[in-house]
Amino acid sequence: MRTSSHLVLLIALPLFSAGLLLLLGRIADKWGHLLATLVSASTFGIGVAEFVAMHSHTGANRAATQKLFEWISVGTFKVDASLLLDQLSICFVLLITGVGTLIHIYSIAYMDHDKDRRRFFAYLNLFIAAMLLLVLGDSYLNLYVGWEGVGLASYLLIGFWNQNPTYAVAAKKAFVANRVGDVGLSLAIMISFAQFGSVSFSGVKAGASHASPAALTAIGAMLLLAAAGKSAQFPLQSWLGDAMAGPTPVSALIHAATMVTAGVYLITRSHFIFDASSTARILVVTVGTITLLFGAIVGTAKDDIKKALAASTMSQIGYMILATGLGPVGYAFAIMHLLTHGFFKAGMFLGAGSVMHGMDDEVNMRKYGGLAKFMPITAVTFGLGYLAILGVPPFAGFYSKDKIIETAFNQGGGKGIILGGAALLGAAITAFYMTRVVVLTFAGARRWKDGSHPHESSVLMWGPMVVLAIGSIASGFLLSMGSSLVNWLQPVVNASHATGGEELMKPLVVSLLALGVVLIGAGFAITKYRTVPEVAPEKVSIFTKIARKDIYQDVFNDAVLVKPGTTLTEGLVATDHHVIDGAVRLVGWVISEISDVLRKIQNGYVRTYALTMFAGVFIGAVILWVVTA
Amino acid sequence: MNLLTATIVLPLLGVLALAFAPRENTRLIKQIALGTSVLTLIVSLLMLTKYKFGVSGFQLVSSHSWFKFFNINFAIGIDGLALVLILLTTVLVPIVVVGGWNESEGGRWSVKTFYMLILVLESFMVGVFAATDVFLFYVIFEAMLVPVYFLIGGYGRGDRAAAALKFLLYSLFGGLLMLAAVIGIFMVSAHQGAGSFDVTALSHIKISHNTQDWLFLGFFIAFAIKAPLFPFHTWLPGAARSATPGTSILVLGVLDKVGTYGMIRFCLTLFPEATKTFAPYIIVLSLLSIIYGAFLAIGQKDLNSLIAFTSISHFGFIVLGIFALTSQGITGASLYMVNHGFSTAALFLVGGWMIERRKSTQIADFGGLQRITPVMAWLFFIAGMSALALPGLSSFVSEFLVLVGTFTRYPAAAVIGTLGIVLAALYVLLLVQRSLHGPLKEGNEDTHDLVLREKIAIAPVVLALVLLGFYPKPAIHIIDPMTSQVLSQVQVSDPSPLAGK
Repeated sequence: MRTSSHLVLLIALPLFSAGLLLLLGRIADKWGHLLATLVSASTFGIGVAEFVAMHSHTGANRAATQKLFEWISVGTFKVDASLLLDQLSICFVLLITGVGTLIHIYSIAYMDHDKDRRRFFAYLNLFIAAMLLLVLGDSYLNLYVGWEGVGLASYLLIGFWNQNPTYAVAAKKAFVANRVGDVGLSLAIMISFAQFGSVSFSGVKAGASHASPAALTAIGAMLLLAAAGKSAQFPLQSWLGDAMAGPTPVSALIHAATMVTAGVYLITRSHFIFDASSTARILVVTVGTITLLFGAIVGTAKDDIKKALAASTMSQIGYMILATGLGPVGYAFAIMHLLTHGFFKAGMFLGAGSVMHGMDDEVNMRKYGGLAKFMPITAVTFGLGYLAILGVPPFAGFYSKDKIIETAFNQGGGKGIILGGAALLGAAITAFYMTRVVVLTFAGARRWKDGSHPHESSVLMWGPMVVLAIGSIASGFLLSMGSSLVNWLQPVVNASHATGGEELMKPLVVSLLALGVVLIGAGFAITKYRTVPEVAPEKVSIFTKIARKDIYQDVFNDAVLVKPGTTLTEGLVATDHHVIDGAVRLVGWVISEISDVLRKIQNGYVRTYALTMFAGVFIGAVILWVVTA
Repeated sequence: MNLLTATIVLPLLGVLALAFAPRENTRLIKQIALGTSVLTLIVSLLMLTKYKFGVSGFQLVSSHSWFKFFNINFAIGIDGLALVLILLTTVLVPIVVVGGWNESEGGRWSVKTFYMLILVLESFMVGVFAATDVFLFYVIFEAMLVPVYFLIGGYGRGDRAAAALKFLLYSLFGGLLMLAAVIGIFMVSAHQGAGSFDVTALSHIKISHNTQDWLFLGFFIAFAIKAPLFPFHTWLPGAARSATPGTSILVLGVLDKVGTYGMIRFCLTLFPEATKTFAPYIIVLSLLSIIYGAFLAIGQKDLNSLIAFTSISHFGFIVLGIFALTSQGITGASLYMVNHGFSTAALFLVGGWMIERRKSTQIADFGGLQRITPVMAWLFFIAGMSALALPGLSSFVSEFLVLVGTFTRYPAAAVIGTLGIVLAALYVLLLVQRSLHGPLKEGNEDTHDLVLREKIAIAPVVLALVLLGFYPKPAIHIIDPMTSQVLSQVQVSDPSPLAGK
């Protein structure tokens, strides 16, 4: 493996820029956004240069490392601050810096009216730095720093307008749910160290080959918990919908394209654990399957355009997680879907932001309608993203999602039918809720009031949307052409033996099936939303009611965690005062009663206590002398 | 005079100078106090030039006979653990003086007395970490109570007299037990030849298991009161509620570390068998502290008690690391003592400034500060992030070392301890949300942002949190030889990886 001396720039540049913009304060208001965008663009430049450089090397030398310094070294616990750029991490570097830069550009216009725009860009740069550290760290502990770093950036950005208490609560909720996931990552690291004496990817990989099944399953389960927290997977999914409190570019970058996909990265990076533990893989596909359906169902009932897209993100990441549990070839398909999703979902979020921008920050789709006429570029780019997520050929999702459905079916037996069937059902629901979003927003009659003046956004905003739309068209084809991504990732995840199980269905059959259910789902939505009431109807099916309530996720968490937790806290506070300190006071009272008797020789001053103390020492010394004499 | 002795004596010279300063000239008094503490800091830093890194055992030693008859010596010296804790002390005192420039005014006694007490306390704190004679340690351990008692009782708020008395009585009770154990160990050594209080000599004598158990408990309970572990903690929240921010920083940041320091220095090295006997029980106690302290912190309405309960949770982590008896555990716990000192200092400093401006300690009285005092809000946020051990800040390194060091020996304990990181997120973020976020709460309109003096006071603390987070190597390098020595004295070694090669 070759060494590279400028990987650190990828992290250092945006980190420095973030620190500078925060420290300078208002002085940097005029140019802060420009610096941040320039820095983001230069990280993309470095990423591209590294990508090109990788092509000029072959074999093991494609990957590059850079050791920065010895970070922690105690006993056999040795962790260097060290970076690793390989075929997997470069995919993320390009996605993070590429989409990241587009979103920086978009935000220049989107956040134009906000007096804290500089602070916003500082946070964006902080996020870029942390996310790049997450994918470039060469050990689980380095990854952990990036992992919590993106959590911090996410917290700061969700709560960017935290003068609004609801937004402040949403930020806290995201951080806490992520921390629950972090417990998983912490424990996975600890088990790895106890088992293998190492926490680096290479060290754990080497150890995994002769570890006990129980240990591997434990590590796998803990990594999955971590992934569930960061990637809003069941049962830690509840924070993502609320996270839409953040400015829309943040939702596009962090809560759609990059950070929330970190769980997929973590599992793919740890493939050696999951390859060796079938139990862990079953847990992974279970979580993925539940979440892909969960998100899709919730998405059908949301009237808030951003929350509908957030539910969709959760569902699409469910597909990716499902793929990572399907054996070696699944990793490549997960990453492929992750990349195509990065384009089309970020594009659609930016589209949603553009719509909100033209509609005075209205997010309720029931108050949109017929907007295609007023914002044609937004409508077209959003439409391309829509076709991509549905998996209509030849758009991006067709290549990536169909591969996952096909691989799921090919697991064989009942497992194949269940997983493949669920993935197919998810595709149908996806078609329904996405069509609903498009119809409610861009088609039909106008439902907005006369005061609104919907208009197309400036080029700074639609430019990035166009670029992402092109990605929504072409990325799937490019990544799957000649199995380019599968081959590219082969050295990292050993995806060479293409299909693991028997081929249950021919790819063509799967594609036709998928297309069929998509048509049904979309057609259903078109007929259902021919007319749209401005207020959400009360008389709806039980199915819609459940979906509107986010399948009771918050009700459940409140009943099982928040309420008992609050009661426990209050109980402990009372116990501490009455029981524990009460016992202490009781002892104090008894002593003071006794000392009442002795009051005559006490003068009540505290100096006496000090004196008594030294008297005690003196008496001790005398005893000592008597004993030893 | 060696540099270590100088570090102990210098603050006392400052006290002498203060004694001659005119009582009314508070400015001069503060300048003398600041000058003395800065000079002490410089001298203590000079010790680094004489200190041999990577070597175990005591350095910069000096010994003067004190009570010849009992072989009590004024013996001092430092190893890695003592060195980092002394540096923590000498760094924090000038910060406390600058940060709490006005906190001494309006107390029961004069400004002059306040700074004399602070400097006496500094001298004692350096001395207690430097003492290599058990009896000397005991005397300073008890003597420290006097300045703290007057600092809380004379300059705090609320029911300060009661809080000070409670602190004193608790400590005296622990001190009595320790005195008995100190006498006991001298007797044991006397029976085996020459009686001694020298900690190195005492670590070589043979003590029967039964005796070890009793002597161990005598020391341990005293230390468990000082670095309060559940259920010996009830003096701390009251003390923190009443004390000035500066006093709280010195009590929770430094003084309480004497307890955890003592556990390593005396409990582990003098009574290795008892250590192994009691370790599992103490681990349970430390876990209770971690979880209990965190829940109590979540439930507090008073800002200062909240910080106090977070500390109880953090002391749980330190004790957990110590009694896991692994190199990561003990080095992590030692580093934790330093990091917790800085982290608590940041919380009390900024919290103190918030309270000073709002004239209330109730969290409910704050709200929306981020919009009007961004610098103060940011610093409070950073202090909070340090309290929840965010990676990149120093407390993460020590907390993770403690947990990983615990996991290799007691996996279940580490799993329970790890739950503490979720609770930490809750108590910090709830506090942040209530005090900094939301709309501006009534009564905060006139709150102004930090002045230059306050920025200067907090800057080194934040710098320490960041630097030790990214590059803890120098501190680990100083501490590590001590850890190896302690582990070899206890005769345990790190568990080796379970998956065979």
